Amino acid sequence: MVITRFHPVHALLYLAVSFLSVGMIFLSLGAPFVAALEVIVYAGAIIVLFIFVVMMLNLGRETAHQEKEWLKPKVWLLPSALVLVLLAEMIILLFTDSKQPMQVAVVDPRKLALSLYGEYIIAVELTGFLLMAGIVGAAHIGKHMHTPMHRFLQNGHGEKEKAKQTRPPEPVSNEQTVLHDR
Amino acid sequence: MTTEQILIVFGVLFVLLNIAAGLIWVERRMLALWQDRLGPNRAGPLGVLIVLADTLKLFFKEDWIPPFADKWVFILAPAIVVASVLMSFVIIPFAPGIVVADLNIGVIFFLAMSSIAVYSIVLGGWASNNKYALLGALRGASQMIAYEVFMGLSLMGVVMLSGSFNLGDIVAAQKNLWFVVTQPVGFVIFLIAGIAETHRLPFDIPEAESELIAGYHAEYSGMKFGMFFIGEYLGVTLISAMIVTLFFGGWLGPAFLPPLAWFAIKLFFFIGLFILLRASLPRPRYDQLIGYGWKIILPVVLANLLITGAVALWLRG
Repeated sequence: MVITRFHPVHALLYLAVSFLSVGMIFLSLGAPFVAALEVIVYAGAIIVLFIFVVMMLNLGRETAHQEKEWLKPKVWLLPSALVLVLLAEMIILLFTDSKQPMQVAVVDPRKLALSLYGEYIIAVELTGFLLMAGIVGAAHIGKHMHTPMHRFLQNGHGEKEKAKQTRPPEPVSNEQTVLHDR
Repeated sequence: MTTEQILIVFGVLFVLLNIAAGLIWVERRMLALWQDRLGPNRAGPLGVLIVLADTLKLFFKEDWIPPFADKWVFILAPAIVVASVLMSFVIIPFAPGIVVADLNIGVIFFLAMSSIAVYSIVLGGWASNNKYALLGALRGASQMIAYEVFMGLSLMGVVMLSGSFNLGDIVAAQKNLWFVVTQPVGFVIFLIAGIAETHRLPFDIPEAESELIAGYHAEYSGMKFGMFFIGEYLGVTLISAMIVTLFFGGWLGPAFLPPLAWFAIKLFFFIGLFILLRASLPRPRYDQLIGYGWKIILPVVLANLLITGAVALWLRG
């Protein structure tokens, strides 16, 4: 349902539903903490931010039409072949009865925390570095866009600022062109 | 599933919905008291029947879906808010033994449900297809996502001290000393984040009548608006109940009153505080609210977390 909706917000809603159900699968596998985190982080924060952005793009009927044109029957060939392979695997697995029943052990938050900060400490630290890089990058981009650009400041010391800018400077307003012509 | 459990489930549901409806009257009378006027005083003794009148009015209003709205999402949004808030009540221990589900991830479950509640604002505002509603939804989404972070972090101090995510254990850990004494910073930040999360005044910038008409629910009428309305009161009750449970010892109290009575007294004290805040504080600007959150509350709450952890380790030896 996520990939067959033409409207992005509807697709994202189905994605949120699928995250909720992944959370439920974690719960039934005996990991209530991970299930709750799945709901908080993925369904509660990331998809909301996606919807937030899509909401502001104001995609209308034209985009839905465009997507409809992209999804011609020919495009479906390769994905459906892959899905058929998966389906075949699942059927084979269903009919070859495995002797071992699945072991379900409930993992409580304490055990999870100990394994994260004991056994997998390097992975946790590396993820932290990665996220930090993302934050620094976002802060840098955010700062860059906020360079003060005021048309009355451009004549004097604003020249230096202008040289630094990667964006092309805004067209000079009428008043200033008049001044320059004189 | 025994009969007792079923009774508890329906009892909690009944009491909560009645509290939420009754709060319409309580809030209007209290506001009137603090603003030196009378408030609703015609229907019934002291105007209590205003609740009935209001409910009937909401039921009989035309339930109109604007033709330009996204129909299914428009219908879904008000249901999400009520459902997610009611789900959160599942974990709250009202008295020893009176709890719907004694989860061992109680606090995390509460946070998960409050993050689901964001959808109601975002979807309600987006599906209305109205610029004021969209602005309200944008504000609501950024405010609630930001304050959810501080809400979670402010609770971690309590979790560290009690050593459990289970709310029953947290209440039991406060037998000698309420956590508001050992975690004053956590309490204040949880209160602020709770107000922002239920988007009550002074942090009601997603709906801000004076600038956005009614924000994300501007297009809603009839019982769908009623759901948002009841959802807000349920949210106030939920945050008050969480404050009572986490910081003020839940049902613990001197023995001359039953535990349930102590819980109710503390609960209504905090609901009263929420209404008093509405009556007394002005609304901050949107960017002020978000900047305040990330620049002041986040460092403070992280410092609180660090110091609590250090002290807890030191006490343990």
